[in-house]
Amino acid sequence: MKLLLAGGRVIDPSQNLDAHMDILIENGKIAEIEKNTHKPKTDSRKSAAREINIIDIKGMVVVPGLIDMHTHLREPGFEYRETIQTGSEAGAAGGFTSVACMPNTNPVNDTRSVTEYIKRKAASCNLVNVYPIASVSMGSEGVSLTEFMDLKDAGAMAFSDDGKPVTNSALMRRALEYASSLGMSIISHCEDTCLSQGGSMNEGFVSTELGLQGIPNIAEDAIVARDIIIADYTGALLHIAHVSTAGAVRLIRDAKDRGLRVTAETAPHYFTLTDEALREFDTCAKVNPPLRTIEDVKAVKEGLRDGTIDVIASDHAPHASTDKEVEFEYASFGITGLETSLALSLRLVDDGILTLGQLILRMSTNPARILNIPKGTLKTGGDADITVIDPNRNWTVDRNKLRSKGKNTPFHGQAMKGKAIMTIMGGEIKYRDMP
Amino acid sequence: MKLTKKDILGIKDLSVDEINLILDTADSFIEVSTREIKKVPTLRGKTVVNLFFEASTRTRTSFEIAGKRLSADTINISATTSSVVKGETLIDTARNLEAMNPDAIVIRHSAAGAPHMLARMVKQSIINAGDGAHEHPTQALLDMMTIREKKRKVSGLKVAIVGDIAHSRVARSNIYGLTKMGAHVIVAGPAMMIPRDVERMGVTVHNNLEEAIKDVDIIMMLRIQLERQQQKIFPSLREYSNFFCLNRHNIKMAKEDVLVMHPGPINRGIEIAPDIADGPYSIILDQVTNGVAVRMALLYLLIGGQR
Repeated sequence: MKLLLAGGRVIDPSQNLDAHMDILIENGKIAEIEKNTHKPKTDSRKSAAREINIIDIKGMVVVPGLIDMHTHLREPGFEYRETIQTGSEAGAAGGFTSVACMPNTNPVNDTRSVTEYIKRKAASCNLVNVYPIASVSMGSEGVSLTEFMDLKDAGAMAFSDDGKPVTNSALMRRALEYASSLGMSIISHCEDTCLSQGGSMNEGFVSTELGLQGIPNIAEDAIVARDIIIADYTGALLHIAHVSTAGAVRLIRDAKDRGLRVTAETAPHYFTLTDEALREFDTCAKVNPPLRTIEDVKAVKEGLRDGTIDVIASDHAPHASTDKEVEFEYASFGITGLETSLALSLRLVDDGILTLGQLILRMSTNPARILNIPKGTLKTGGDADITVIDPNRNWTVDRNKLRSKGKNTPFHGQAMKGKAIMTIMGGEIKYRDMP
Repeated sequence: MKLTKKDILGIKDLSVDEINLILDTADSFIEVSTREIKKVPTLRGKTVVNLFFEASTRTRTSFEIAGKRLSADTINISATTSSVVKGETLIDTARNLEAMNPDAIVIRHSAAGAPHMLARMVKQSIINAGDGAHEHPTQALLDMMTIREKKRKVSGLKVAIVGDIAHSRVARSNIYGLTKMGAHVIVAGPAMMIPRDVERMGVTVHNNLEEAIKDVDIIMMLRIQLERQQQKIFPSLREYSNFFCLNRHNIKMAKEDVLVMHPGPINRGIEIAPDIADGPYSIILDQVTNGVAVRMALLYLLIGGQR
C-alpha cells in the first residue's frame, strides 16, 4: 500500500525546504517528494489510485517525524508510572516518531540485557522508535563506568546518569573520553547536589515567601561550567540536559563560541513557566531542575532563538498520583510532557522567537544529529517518519485524556494552539486525529 | 463585618480589615478567660480536631483551651498516635476525619503547604497552626494583638525580628502582618539565616544585632532551632549567643520603652538572656495569654453561628 500526503506545507530543515509538496510513501520509505502543482493527478497515478491511499492535508504542516531525546518511559521497574506501551502511545499522540529514554529504571539500564529488553519491548509496541540511553555508571551510582562499547553494540545511543549528576569529575572525564571515541555524547544532568540538597523549588523570592528550601541557579551553573571545562580539555561530545538557568545559557553560548563540541537542550516548561506556578503548592509543577524566574525564561528563549540551545526535549517524567498527591516537599519531581511539548513549543513560533523551520530543527533534525540516528529528514529513500501538524487547531489540555499514565501536568485546563494530527512511523499511520 | 473565608491558611491572604476584625473579636474574648467559670456556650455542639504532625505544647494547648472555653468538643490527634505511623497519607487521614464531620480542623505540619492541600480536599474549615517554614498565622495574630494592646497601635512602629529568619514561619507571618498594618520591619541574623530576596517582602536586613535593634519599639527574638546546628548552618551556639543573644547591655540600643517578644519555647541564654526574658521589657507571657483569645476569635469567626 502506498500513501500520498497531498497538499501540505512541507518543512524540512535538513534540506532547507519550506514549500507545498506531495510526499509519496512506499514500503516504509519516502519514495517521492515533489512540488504540489495543485493539478489533477496524472494518469499513471489515477490508474494506481486503488493502491494509493491519498490523504488530503491542505493547510497542514508536514515535517520530519519529531524526536524527543529526553523521556522517561519508566519500564522496567516503575510500570505503575508508565510503560513502554503507554509511553509510546503518548509519544505518537504528541507527534513523536522517535523517543530516547533515560536509564533511571529498575534495574538501571547499565547492561546489555536491559538495553535489549527495552528495544524488544518497544519493537513489539511498534508505535514509535525507542532509542535507549544507557547509564554512565553502574547503577547510576557514580562509581564505575558501564560497558560503553557493549551497550552501544546492544543499541544504546548515548550515555547519561540523568536524575543524578556525575559528581566525580574524574569519572566524568573518563566517560566523556570513552563515549566520544565511540562518536557518542554524554548527556549531563548538571546539578551540584551539595548546593541543591533538601531543595524542592527554585531558590529566590518565591521560595522565601513559601518557606520552602530552594535549589539555587548556581547548583546547575557550577556543573555546566565544570562539564564544559572537561569537554574543552578532552575535546569530547557533551550534551547538557534540561537547561533552566540564564547562567547555563551564557556558559554554553561561550563554549560554542570557542568551538567546543557542546550541545544543549531545554524543556517546554523552562520557557513557559516560572516559579510563580508553585504559589499554590501545585506538586505537578515540581520539577528538577526547578522552574526558575522570568529572567531565566527570557534567557532560555534567547538561547533557543540564537541556537545556543539546539534541542527542545520534553523531559517527560510521568508519575503516579501517589507520587504527587502528597505534601509538596515529599512529592516526586517531574512533569508529564510528551503530549504537550509540541503545542507549548509552537507558542515560540507564534511569539516570533523561532520560525517553524527553526522549531523543527530543534525538535527533529538536531536531536537526530546529536543521537547520530538516521532520522530527522524527509529525504527520498529515508524512513517515512513524518508528523503532520495542524498549527491552528485549538484544544484544551485535559489530564484525564492523556495517553500517558502520568497525569502530572501543570497545564491541565490550559488552552493550546497547534497539534499533531497524524504521526507516521516507517510509513504506517500510528496516530491520527483528523476527520 | 464578617469573615467570609473558609480557612485561615496564612496572613498573606488576609486583608487589613480582616486582621482588624480578628483582633477586635479577640479583644472581646479576653474577658471570658478571666471569669470564674471560663466557658461560654458559643460553639456548643461543634467539633474541632487538632491535627498535630509536629511536636507542640503551647499552640496545641492554646487551641484546645480556646475550643473548650467556647464549649466546642476538641479532639487532639498527634502524629505518633495516628495512622501516620502505619503509613497513611495526609489526604487519607483528612478524608477519614472529614467523614466524621467535624467543623474545623487545626493542623500543624512540618511540610509547607500541607494545610493548603487539606483545605482543597475537605469541606471543613482549616486553620494553619504552623506549616514548615511557611506560615504560622495565629502566632502573628496574637503577636499583633499583644503589640496593639501594649502600644495602642501597630502602624508606625519599628519592629526587629532576630534569629533564623530563613527557617521561621513566625517571621514570615509577622512580616506579612506587621507590614500590612503599617509597621516598619527589620530582620536580623547571621547571613546564612537570612533567606534570599527577603527584602522584597518589604523589610530591612541587618547582620548585626545592635544595628538591627537601634531605636526599635519591639524586639521579637526567634528561637534558635538546635536541630539546625547539626546541619552546620551556623558554626556554634557559643558564637551565636555571643553575638545575637539579647541582653541588658545591647537592649539599650533600642527605645527606652522597647518591648521584647518571643514565640517560645525560649532557649534561655542562647537567643535571650534570662533577665531579659523575665524582666520588665518582656511581654512573652502576655503573648501566651492573648494566644487563647485569638484562637477563640478565629474559631468563633469561622464556625460560630450560621455559615
